[in-house]
Amino acid sequence: MLLNQFLILGAVLFCIGVYGVIARKNAVMVLMSIELILNSVNINLLAFSLRNGSVDGHTFALYVIAVAAAEVGVGLAMVLLMYRNRRSIGLDELSEMKG
Amino acid sequence: MLSTIADAVWSAPVVDYHALAPEIVLGGGIVLLLLLDLFIADAKKWILTPVASFTLLAAFIPVLTLSLSDAGVRSLFDGRYVVDDFSLVLKGLFLLAGYVVVLLSADHIREGDYYQGEYWFLVLSSLLGMVMMASSRDLISIFVSLEFLSIPAYMLAAWRKRDSKSNEAGIKYYLLGVFASAIMLYGMSLLYGITNSTKLVDIGAYLGSDMSAIRAVAVLFVVIGFAFKISAVPFHTWAPDTYQGAPTPVTAFLSVASKTAGFVALVTVVYVGFPGSNEVWQPVFWILSALTMTVGNVMALKQTNIVRMLAYSSIAQGGFILMPLAVAGEQGVAESALRAVVTYLLVYAATNLGVFAVIIAVSRKTRSGEISSYGGLFSYAPGLATLMTLFMASLAGIPPLGGWFGKFAAFQSLVSAQNNWAYALAIIGGVNSVVAFGYYGSILREMWMRPVPDGDSSPVPIQSSLIVALAITGSATLLLGVLPGIVIHFGDLAGLAGAFGG
Repeated sequence: MLLNQFLILGAVLFCIGVYGVIARKNAVMVLMSIELILNSVNINLLAFSLRNGSVDGHTFALYVIAVAAAEVGVGLAMVLLMYRNRRSIGLDELSEMKG
Repeated sequence: MLSTIADAVWSAPVVDYHALAPEIVLGGGIVLLLLLDLFIADAKKWILTPVASFTLLAAFIPVLTLSLSDAGVRSLFDGRYVVDDFSLVLKGLFLLAGYVVVLLSADHIREGDYYQGEYWFLVLSSLLGMVMMASSRDLISIFVSLEFLSIPAYMLAAWRKRDSKSNEAGIKYYLLGVFASAIMLYGMSLLYGITNSTKLVDIGAYLGSDMSAIRAVAVLFVVIGFAFKISAVPFHTWAPDTYQGAPTPVTAFLSVASKTAGFVALVTVVYVGFPGSNEVWQPVFWILSALTMTVGNVMALKQTNIVRMLAYSSIAQGGFILMPLAVAGEQGVAESALRAVVTYLLVYAATNLGVFAVIIAVSRKTRSGEISSYGGLFSYAPGLATLMTLFMASLAGIPPLGGWFGKFAAFQSLVSAQNNWAYALAIIGGVNSVVAFGYYGSILREMWMRPVPDGDSSPVPIQSSLIVALAITGSATLLLGVLPGIVIHFGDLAGLAGAFGG
């Protein structure tokens, strides 16, 4: 059982995702980075579930996938609204309110 | 692997329908709202408002009967969903706060003239998530109820589709909220890997008090995920923009109900899941609490928009609520800290909803969110000005109002920890409550001493629903301060604190 390799893959994906959320200015790219983090969570859960021999991790991963789909639905709708109102999806332009 | 799934024994769980009745009633009400919204004509859509408010009141009935029954702690689904005193108090709080939000929104939404049905659907869904959160004792159910309460809240913040401010509010809330829950999930996946269980009680028993680096990281990530939800500094950056941009009743909902839900989740996870890991989370809460109070108060001082000022004020209040948690792991403090947090949450909910009720009433006349538009409020709306003074004094912690009792309980549990870190935090808290007088006082000065801005002193029109909301929040604020015994009666929360052994 190659637990370490799975965990390293999960950690790398997590780091790429966090970097993307912080560094990217494009709303859709940020959404994709968040998906990367969620998938790193799924990889972790499945690897642990296999090692521990319990199904809790599989169940958890299924819930994460379902909820992530709902979240992205809302997120893309908001990005679409933003595009309609401003003709741009750059997050650095969201600065109407400050201080 | 398949064999573990194939061999897993499954038996139908015994479901205690009485314990689940609040959730079932809410769920039924949500479905009813959706169906009504689909089938009735636009001219009759006003009927959805009473349906929403009666659903909340109906869901409150089983909460009452449950708290009066002698069955003690009801544990469902193998201890993953628990109905005890702690969860009942908070379910009651969520439902009442939801009812007040419905009262605040009623006219606001009807005048906005669109999507009434969806609005009530989203508010009630979010409340169902919060009610579930109060009972969740398992990583999966905590995660699901957290998302259940957050996703409708994102949509509520972006409610005014064509208003770019509301848009901005929604997107900022959404991106940071989802990012935070992703980080929290990573921590949860590590917790599951370490302990081989998603049940908080098992996690607590397995973690014990010995800490390795990976355990500390897991605990830290989960705590940070919830720190976003309660807008603790430095994870607060979404809060002022979201509160200012969202429609005002939604802001009231977010700053009270959503924040309380975050605290409930945090308290459950820390008390049931990580009781032995206090060496990891105590310093984190200490820093978060000190930073949150200080930054929230200092930023609130320089605001000119009242909703934005209240956003920072609510961040600062969050710091006060976090204070007892910074010592909750010390010997014998766990229970008083828990009581202080719950008391403060009750008082804060009543007071803050009251402030928003006044703001909504006044802004219908002045059409402005600036603090200067409150000039001379006492001369033409003495009732509103007096109530606002009451709420502001309660937020600032002046006796004999509710806010004073909340602060008293928090400081009491800090001091009972009897170590230097606790004293230091108490001093920071004390200084901050003085600083807070600065901005609460500036509103009072406007209302009582300044002249009316445009000389327009026609009376403020107040709808009956707002009067009811003001009556509920005003009397709750007064009663909680004058008769704190009511809350102490709620405070029998030993069930949750039991994990600390006392």
